Amino acid sequence: MIAEIGLAALWLAAALAVLQLIGGFVGARNESSELTALVRPAAVLQGLLCAVSFLALVYAFAVTDLSVKLVATHSHSMKPMAFKLSGAWANHEGSMLLWIAIMAFAGGLIAFIERRLPEKTMMATLGTQAFVGIGFYLFILLSSNPFERLSPVPMEGNGLNPLLQDMGVSFHPPTLYIGYVGLSIAFSFALGALLTRNVTPEFARVMRPWVLGAWIFLTIGITAGSYWAYYELGWGGWWFWDPVENASLMPWLAATALLHSASVLAARDALRTWTIMLGVVAFSMSMVGTFLVRSGILTSVHAFAVDPERGSFILALLALYIGGALIVFALRANTIAEGERFSLLSREGALVVNNVALSAILGIVLLGTLYPLLTEAFDVRVSVGPPYFDPVSAIFFLPMLAILAVGPLLRWRKDSFDRIRLPVIIISVVTVAVLALVLALSDIGVLPLLGMAMSVGVAVASFMPLRGRAIRRVPLAVWGMCIAHFGVAVGLFGIAADTAYQKERLVAASPGDTVDIGPWEATLASISPVAGPNWTAMQGDIFVSYEGGPATETFPQARSFWAPQGETSEVALVTRWNGQLYVALGNMAEDGRWQLRLWWKPFVTWIWYGGLLIALGGALALVGRVVGDVRRRSATQRGEERRAEEAALVAEPAE
Amino acid sequence: MRWLLPILAAFALLQPAAAQDRMPPAPYAYTQLEDPALEEQARELMHTLRCLKCQSQSIADSDAPMAGDMRHQVRSRIAAGESPDEVRNWLVSRYGDYVSYEPQVSSTTWPLFAIPIVLLLLAGTVLLRRIGRPTDTADEGESA
Amino acid sequence: MKRLRYSLWIIVGIASALFGLFAYQLTQPKDEFVQSAMVGEPMPDFELPPAVPARPGLSRADLADGEAKLLNVFASWCIPCAAEAPQLEALERSGANIVAVAIRDRPEDVERFLSVYGNPFTRIGRDDISEVQLAIGSSGVPETFVIDGDGVITYQHIGDIRENDVPKLLEELRKAQS
Repeated sequence: MIAEIGLAALWLAAALAVLQLIGGFVGARNESSELTALVRPAAVLQGLLCAVSFLALVYAFAVTDLSVKLVATHSHSMKPMAFKLSGAWANHEGSMLLWIAIMAFAGGLIAFIERRLPEKTMMATLGTQAFVGIGFYLFILLSSNPFERLSPVPMEGNGLNPLLQDMGVSFHPPTLYIGYVGLSIAFSFALGALLTRNVTPEFARVMRPWVLGAWIFLTIGITAGSYWAYYELGWGGWWFWDPVENASLMPWLAATALLHSASVLAARDALRTWTIMLGVVAFSMSMVGTFLVRSGILTSVHAFAVDPERGSFILALLALYIGGALIVFALRANTIAEGERFSLLSREGALVVNNVALSAILGIVLLGTLYPLLTEAFDVRVSVGPPYFDPVSAIFFLPMLAILAVGPLLRWRKDSFDRIRLPVIIISVVTVAVLALVLALSDIGVLPLLGMAMSVGVAVASFMPLRGRAIRRVPLAVWGMCIAHFGVAVGLFGIAADTAYQKERLVAASPGDTVDIGPWEATLASISPVAGPNWTAMQGDIFVSYEGGPATETFPQARSFWAPQGETSEVALVTRWNGQLYVALGNMAEDGRWQLRLWWKPFVTWIWYGGLLIALGGALALVGRVVGDVRRRSATQRGEERRAEEAALVAEPAE
Repeated sequence: MRWLLPILAAFALLQPAAAQDRMPPAPYAYTQLEDPALEEQARELMHTLRCLKCQSQSIADSDAPMAGDMRHQVRSRIAAGESPDEVRNWLVSRYGDYVSYEPQVSSTTWPLFAIPIVLLLLAGTVLLRRIGRPTDTADEGESA
Repeated sequence: MKRLRYSLWIIVGIASALFGLFAYQLTQPKDEFVQSAMVGEPMPDFELPPAVPARPGLSRADLADGEAKLLNVFASWCIPCAAEAPQLEALERSGANIVAVAIRDRPEDVERFLSVYGNPFTRIGRDDISEVQLAIGSSGVPETFVIDGDGVITYQHIGDIRENDVPKLLEELRKAQS
């Protein structure tokens, strides 16, 4: 019954989307149309219905209702509750429903609260949002119905892939989804503004919080995903330039660029076409990523999507929305009046450089990800991996860092070098000093060396914009910028330090053996079997001590799951401020010794702290912007009320 | 979508128990070379070689038995005095460019290297046009 | 303004090319197999001990004795290898000389496998570390190679041999012999 309610809610929501589409585009042409009044309620109701539908699916998973096909194929009654719930979105159908639910919810939210833009633009925006939504409703209802029933009802479900039975992986897909789908809002705003020829700073200000919100979630999602891969895959790697990873990185790069160009548009009314363009590109990248992963054309041994029908459907949506948007854009671009001018040595100038660099990196990631696909069309198989991506993206990333350090110090419109001479000298001296120091003390690769030096320089530079300001009166958004930029420095330092100084030990050890790894000493005490709810494991009992200090006991496991069958490595991590010891237990060797894999990874945690700082900076900026907007709005409202009163007072005597 | 990685990885790592061999891993699959300098060469190389059995992992990140055997090949060849490039070429001559994550400039891969250069030039032109233009005369189209 | 519009149409063009590529790849059956680059090359030098007492081991010299052969790369732990047993038998009946390399396999397991699924092989080499497999560019089990009388690899069949693959393999074997 619950499943049927979920399905009915979904159909109803789809019908409302059609209403919203028609009403929105009629309203965009003719504001006085009667349909206009229906658009916002339709959007809000749609959000609620989709929420109901999604909760119905979660409920089916919570009670393990095996008559629902999706539950039977992806869940198991013996699973812990948290993983039963996360099972609802750890599969194609459920994740599409989550996607739609977030999209409808966000659409409802803008319909409910956003009243700053001209109604026409708003109608076009909501119409576009509905247009995008309808495609996904059709997709899920026609080809991926999550509520499909199963008859006869099986005795037990198939279970969830062991690797997915992990708290990290349970909760980061929704995070990424909010990010991807949030970019659909930016897309709708961009098209709404384009269609109604209303690309204004006000538009940028309205769009910005949504981009910022989506970007924060993307940042957290990517950071969490990287950490998950790090501890779950058991080999100490945290970024592989895998197509699936690139699929999440590309929207992030586009959103980062969009965020910065929207700031220029909001503050200075420049970069109008460019901002619209990025709004389209950012959501395109979300959809291209979805397509690449789900169609199976890049990585097809996985069970997730090897369904060409789904791939064709997403491709059709991609071509319709992105192709359509680009054509509209190309047709309309010359009707957008030119924005304000500025000098290169200005805040805008720096942001342009940042945008160009980010776009170039995006282009390279896209090229590297798709190139094997292109050559395959000619029966040539190539692989593109870290040895390509690392140096080629660094060509653009390192200069961008230099601009990142200096840009925030510049004034809008026009500035002189003399004004910022002192901070620039300080930053350069620090960078060069670190470079020389690292070079003198150790022998490491060029990229880690530059990365380390520049990270320190950027760290110093990131708080320079606060120089000479009354700390208490610095707006929250500026704090946000400083912290996010500082986060970039922290993350980069972690990446460089781990790449340059990590130590690896692979050994076969028997109980009693001691292994040295960098500053650590690890002693294997014993290996014993342990059992969990749906797994058994061999567990190592290993004492580790840092530079002869007190020993810490760690318990890496090699787990075997039985529903479905499979093995995972549960690594033991010992975290210090300056890095992490990573201990993984392998198989038993023939002579009865056990394979141990140990890594000492200096400052590796800083990578994820950096990611979180970037997200925190974004969150501060978001709060700052929203509070500012609310204040401004109530101020205008008061002003209008006063004016109305005054007008009334003036008008009265005339009566 | 980063979380889909496990699904890919799952198929590489989790073979049904019936399809798993019972042989111990090759000597150098999980054992490092004595000489740290050679091991470092081997480690760097292994990170750039693709595991043929797993979807997209390097042989240095995989538990698949075949990845272990490939690590053994790499380490024993490096130990026998071959250079990393020789080992890479040995594998490429067996499996084609697919096995190496480091594309070499060739008739099939030149766009991988040409396009970044084009991007660099493009970026340069966009920025140069901004520098070259006097800031007050605003008569050209917006070019960013 | 004009120039801007042109560059935008270029972007539209790139996007449609991309969509075209996606569409094309969707219609293509996904080829998961990594082809060996050794087809047309002489077998590298190797020498493997016997995998079971009943059959001799395998070396490069055995493959260059003037007779074209099929080289089957298999393992007892591999399920498709069991599935292709009837086809190997059919090939043997048709006069093919089939030699084999057992990958990462214990003798007792190979023995059991052969007693259940039959033994069409004249020689079985024991490859515990996939050394020969890597040397001939094979990326999985089962795979079947055609080797001519001079020890040159002339054909590679990836995956289990289905019934309709048998004539093709015999044809390749005949070509290699001549």
